Amino acid sequence: MKNRFLGAIGGFVLDTFARVGFVTRSFGGLVGKLPGALRRPALISEQIHFIGNYSLLIISVSGLFVGMVLALQGYYTLSQFGADEKLGQLVALSLLRELGPVVTALLFAGRAGTSLTAEIGLMKAGEQLTAMEMMAVNPIQRVLAPRFWAGLIAMPILATVFSAIGVIGGYLVGVQLIGVDPGAFWSQMQGNIDVRRDVMNGVLKSFVFGIAVTFTALFQGYEAQPTPEGVSRATTRTVVIASLMVLGLDFVMTALMFTK
Amino acid sequence: MSNLVEIRDLHFSYGDRPILSNLSMDFPRGKLIAVMGGSGSGKTTVLRLIGGQIRPQRGTVSVNGEIVHKLDTEGLYRLRRKMGMLFQFGALFTDLTVFENVAFPLREHTDLPEEMLRDLVLMRLNAVGLRNAAQLKPNEISGGMARRVALARAVALDPRLIMYDEPFAGLDPISMGVTANLIRNLNDTLGSTSILVSHDVNETFSIADYVYFLSAGKIVAAGTPDEMRRSDHPYVKQFVNAQPDGPVPFHYPGKSLAEDLGLGGKR
Amino acid sequence: MHRKSIDVWVGLFVLLGAVALLFLALKAGNMSTISFSKTYAVSAKFDNIGGLKPQAPVKSAGVVVGRVGSITFDDKTFQALVRLDLDPAFKFPKDSSLKILTSGLLGEQYVGIEAGGDTNNLVQGDRINRTQSATVLEDLINQFIYSKAAEGKDDSK
Repeated sequence: MKNRFLGAIGGFVLDTFARVGFVTRSFGGLVGKLPGALRRPALISEQIHFIGNYSLLIISVSGLFVGMVLALQGYYTLSQFGADEKLGQLVALSLLRELGPVVTALLFAGRAGTSLTAEIGLMKAGEQLTAMEMMAVNPIQRVLAPRFWAGLIAMPILATVFSAIGVIGGYLVGVQLIGVDPGAFWSQMQGNIDVRRDVMNGVLKSFVFGIAVTFTALFQGYEAQPTPEGVSRATTRTVVIASLMVLGLDFVMTALMFTK
Repeated sequence: MSNLVEIRDLHFSYGDRPILSNLSMDFPRGKLIAVMGGSGSGKTTVLRLIGGQIRPQRGTVSVNGEIVHKLDTEGLYRLRRKMGMLFQFGALFTDLTVFENVAFPLREHTDLPEEMLRDLVLMRLNAVGLRNAAQLKPNEISGGMARRVALARAVALDPRLIMYDEPFAGLDPISMGVTANLIRNLNDTLGSTSILVSHDVNETFSIADYVYFLSAGKIVAAGTPDEMRRSDHPYVKQFVNAQPDGPVPFHYPGKSLAEDLGLGGKR
Repeated sequence: MHRKSIDVWVGLFVLLGAVALLFLALKAGNMSTISFSKTYAVSAKFDNIGGLKPQAPVKSAGVVVGRVGSITFDDKTFQALVRLDLDPAFKFPKDSSLKILTSGLLGEQYVGIEAGGDTNNLVQGDRINRTQSATVLEDLINQFIYSKAAEGKDDSK
């Protein structure tokens, strides 16, 4: 009785190790093909268009609304302490350090991540990847690596755009709508935001998120069962796993970057 | 050597399920050889082993004297550049046009200037009769046409060995005839060797030089199409004459009807 | 060609990102922390630095003239040894004094430097001797409680 239970646990642990090892090996395999993919910049540029440009609309609109809501909620609380001139700083810090990278990454996982997973999964189901292999073309280098580069490049750009538009949104609500003094809004912000610590760390975060989300999307697509249900399950897994990874990595990085 | 591909004492299992046992086959140069059998007899597995997608547990598969599973990645890719494969249902790249699909192997493996590449692609498309469909996307053409585009793509680099995985599956009679003709003509004009995996008896027999019959992973019969038509082997007879019952049973194995209906003696 | 138009869009995308980054760095952020390339260092000892952290501003008359470089502990004199990196554009007399102040009531702590009267100026490696430590909140509260208690005692006499 007990032995079987222990055996099951042991099996589960070994399976988990095997799974982690497999994922790590796949990641290593993809990374190994990255330099080669640079030889075909046209492929990468095409993917940046599909992944980045097509996400601009949702990222910009979300950034605008998040910035505006931050200003509204922030003003309500700050004015109780007579600190409403700090609104600019509040909006900018929240966006640059946390909301910009994290919300962008979550939206990216949902929009670009699922489309990547579905595309790769369907290519696999239609034997396109096998056909490529039989034509002596490595599908990881030709198909996966350019998409990985594109995700790496697009994510920080999207997060920066999100934060910038969010700050503008905060300005629109805070200064134009509510009436906070514009001078105080910008100067308090400038006086308390360090480019190296806040802006650059935010960009670094979004870069790491880009790696996590894009790899998850590509991996799930590549390993999907070549059936309609398989692809659908894979896209769901992409969103769930990528989102959890983003939140977990955010915690780790925030602890490393912003505490002494 | 007169055989381009040789298979000797091949054993392949998937886990503990044996797929192929004790297989030995010869594929002479310049010939069109068919590998036939029912579903699950292991025909597609033979193609995969020749192409190096999977490794045998025992035995050898050699192409042009080289043992396939002993090759490293470099060697395998070198070998594959001389092979063309037509997948069931085509496996065209859905994001590229017909032209770009056929141009793909040329772009990847040669440094030809754009005008020469264009001419080559158009000639290949002309050979399969789809030159004027060059700018269409795969989702804009019929299944039969997609199959022909895939054929043009498979022979784009003038391969020594062409493999066809169920090329007639799901085609209407006209397309089937067209495809069969193309396969035969391409084999002869290019001087290559073709391996055709199919379960369509009529079309295959009309173009093949030699036929291997597989059942449950073993060769049950081999010979020219005429010999197969005259064969007395029960499995071949059932297959060639499309009989519903024979060595391949109609009923899924299990209890008899009497037992299921509760008649007869209890066991 | 189809390829050209994609390149245009991608170029615009990357440019947009660069513009956003510039906007954030210049309009929203504080670029002056990076523009201090050359500084001259002076040091000072404090009994208590309170909540002073490295990179905290050094201000004179409210204007930022430098940054706190490093804070270490001297276990011979049991005092804090603070190194200040000052902007070479500003010169201070050798007998200037330092105070640790708080911005606002509960804000970050910074170093205030008040000019003395010496004709010679501070140079790299000098030590500032006149320092006033940070006011620790607990001491203030204790002071307040004792003074209130003393008042009460006086009243009851």
